[in-house]
Amino acid sequence: MESALISGLQGLVIGVTNLGLGHVIMILIGSGLLYLGIQKGYEPLLLVPIGFGAILVNIPLADMMENEGFLRFFYDAGVRTEVFPLLIFVGIGAMTDFQPLLENPKIILLGAAGQFGIFLTLLLALAVGFDKLDAVAVAIIGACDGPTAIYVSSKFAPHMLGAVSVAAYSYMSLVPLIQPPIMRVLTTEKERMIVMGLVKQPVSKTTKILFPIVVTIFASLLAPKGAPLIGTVMLGNLMKESGVVERLKSASENEIANIVTLLLGLCIGATMEADKFLRGQTLLVLGLGFIAICLDTAVGVLFGKLMCLATGGKINPLIGAAGISAFPMSARVVQAEGQKYNKKSYLLMHAMSANAGGQIGSVIAAAVMLSVLQGMGIVGG
Amino acid sequence: MDTWTFGWTLALIGMGGTMLVLWILSLLILLLKKIFPHRPGQSAAKKG
Repeated sequence: MESALISGLQGLVIGVTNLGLGHVIMILIGSGLLYLGIQKGYEPLLLVPIGFGAILVNIPLADMMENEGFLRFFYDAGVRTEVFPLLIFVGIGAMTDFQPLLENPKIILLGAAGQFGIFLTLLLALAVGFDKLDAVAVAIIGACDGPTAIYVSSKFAPHMLGAVSVAAYSYMSLVPLIQPPIMRVLTTEKERMIVMGLVKQPVSKTTKILFPIVVTIFASLLAPKGAPLIGTVMLGNLMKESGVVERLKSASENEIANIVTLLLGLCIGATMEADKFLRGQTLLVLGLGFIAICLDTAVGVLFGKLMCLATGGKINPLIGAAGISAFPMSARVVQAEGQKYNKKSYLLMHAMSANAGGQIGSVIAAAVMLSVLQGMGIVGG
Repeated sequence: MDTWTFGWTLALIGMGGTMLVLWILSLLILLLKKIFPHRPGQSAAKKG
């Protein structure tokens, strides 16, 4: 009887006796993410479940990510299969209004320039010693697009999923702090004061409906490995623009997106086990992710300057910063920055065009990357 | 394939490919707008 009591009591303290320093640090990091999400309001929809998942997975002997663990089930079902980020893309497509872009299509080029940080960061990641596919996963933080980063990193470097996702979402929420100094350094006051005229080119409903179909077919033919990314965003947008499947559209942008966001966040947190996360490599991922978003902004603004030059000063280069995919946050940053230098300057609609271009650009960049990797024989067909 | 050949190939084709695809998309948008121009009162007429 006495030994049974002792054994029973030992069962109650076994978690505490197995608690290592790594677990404690990770629980603190998880708590830090919860603090950022709850107290500071940084991407709470993702940081709250990620932070909680990080805490759960670092409870010793809870076996959350073991074969029959609760989080392992969702991870295998939604992350390993790449289904979760794709379902989120359907919701994003259903929420996105491409009208400003359709009104002023040449601005889409800023959305391409805003992705160059991905490829420049790839070179940096290779230079600091990441292997090829790990470097691709780090570089994709520059897409400034959470689901794209998750899709690519879960495909090529699942062991880095936690660090890549946390970096992607954290920096996206810090766009209002990261972008303005870069915008100021790369532009003159005269350029920042440029007033852009209104572009009034109404778009027919037929064009709006055909746009997602044409993009899907054309872009998927050019970059077939990216078809799931492109196709899901455009499916969501087609449901929105067609106006005939209101229930499906509503479910995509509400119920499905909410459920998947919760599960995806928990799964990302679940990849943050102490022995996998507490490495020097994680700090490098966070550092390179920051550089990637800075480079995106810098190249976007420089391309904006080029367009300003080509159009005889009709384009305010600040809108180039909105070529990244952080929608609509970076468009708002551009508007605020433009207003600081010229109260008569209303850049919001132009920046929204660039920002919508950035959304398509990030997906296209990832699709091009996947297809080139396949073409080079780095990944299977 | 060595690391740098991989890196530069992916970077150059990636940047060029992304720019090219989006440029063609902008042309396709212009084409769609030309074929299906907006007609003022179009939506009102359908509702009516």
